[in-house]
Amino acid sequence: MSDHLFEYLCRMGDNTLVLGHRVSEWCGHAPVLEEDIALANTALDLIGQTTLWLDLAGEVEGAGRDADKLAFHRDVWDFRNLLLVEQPNGDFGQTMMRQFLFDAWHLLQLKALMGSSNAQVAAIAEKSSKEVTYHLERATDTVVGLGDGTEESHNRMQAALDKLWPYVGEMFTSDDVDAAMVDAGIAPDPASLRPAFDALLDDVFTAATLVKPQDDFGHKGGKSGKRHTEHLGHMLTQMQWLQRAYPDATW
Amino acid sequence: MVVEKPTLETVWGWLHAVPDPEIPVISLTDLGIIRDVQWQDDTLEVTVTPTYSGCPATTIINLDIETALRGHGIEKLALKRQLSPAWTSDWMTDSGRAKLEEYGIAPPQPAGGPQHCPRCKSTDVEKISQFGSTPCKAQWRCTDCLEPFDYFKCI
Repeated sequence: MSDHLFEYLCRMGDNTLVLGHRVSEWCGHAPVLEEDIALANTALDLIGQTTLWLDLAGEVEGAGRDADKLAFHRDVWDFRNLLLVEQPNGDFGQTMMRQFLFDAWHLLQLKALMGSSNAQVAAIAEKSSKEVTYHLERATDTVVGLGDGTEESHNRMQAALDKLWPYVGEMFTSDDVDAAMVDAGIAPDPASLRPAFDALLDDVFTAATLVKPQDDFGHKGGKSGKRHTEHLGHMLTQMQWLQRAYPDATW
Repeated sequence: MVVEKPTLETVWGWLHAVPDPEIPVISLTDLGIIRDVQWQDDTLEVTVTPTYSGCPATTIINLDIETALRGHGIEKLALKRQLSPAWTSDWMTDSGRAKLEEYGIAPPQPAGGPQHCPRCKSTDVEKISQFGSTPCKAQWRCTDCLEPFDYFKCI
């Protein structure tokens, strides 16, 4: 049970860690100053949530690892994030589409986790859900604004959606870890979040004049850690550079 | 040696004098992040809740609390982090709100946007961006005096 819980908490923490790092890559590069600040703030929230999830994971594991150790001293095969969040930023539209797809799932997930039988999980979810509500609101506005914008912005948003869609399905797949969490009343069945997710997407894509791809094929292997895309390894060489060069260096 | 423990009221008074590191016009108690102060035997236990989970000020806040209390002679001190109930801008005191506005930051409103421009008080204001210079603020602009200003987000 504690193995499964450790695994589950790594999934939560690795999602926010990897996406937080990806989003932070925009710092100093975003199209306008306000967007730059907004992306940096979003990244900051996600990294803050990562600390909460991974510290708890380390506590559950009981092997003396904290959030920093888990974030910086593991390699690709030990990461448990969804494939969606490790995808490269692409253009601004692709970044915001990835954010929207993740936020839409993330908020539903956190709302469900607020009712967790594990008080620490419920508390982190309660804290995070306030921040993620903001993220989703902003990502939704941007997706609608750009989707229903100029011909150029519309085409880019549609291309982003087509490109990222095959990574959506993984959020709703289940395995032994999920089943153990459901049995213990710790977390929801991933599939149970799908109807609300689909309903939100339909509303937003209608407003954004975007078309949801028909093919529901979904790549898998991120949250189980069995097969990450090539991008994660490259990202980690940047994210973990300092700890790889100077192991256990402290601030 | 018998050391007299300061009363909880005295300790709250000390904490009231500790400024928020990001927005020094308001204090930590104005912000509503000190949730509890208790004596556990001879250890003073202070419970703090973070505003935003990634707020870089959190560690500075803990350091400032510790420095202030040690400066008042507290030797045994324990800082506890409390996540739930999650911090809400509703916990900001009225005097905190007034000090924010005077400083040029529009205080949080349940309606989700500033009541008026903190400078000229015009109600003709518009949102520039959902995020501002810190996680707790958004950027707005007054369409009358044309000044941009920070709005303390309502969460």
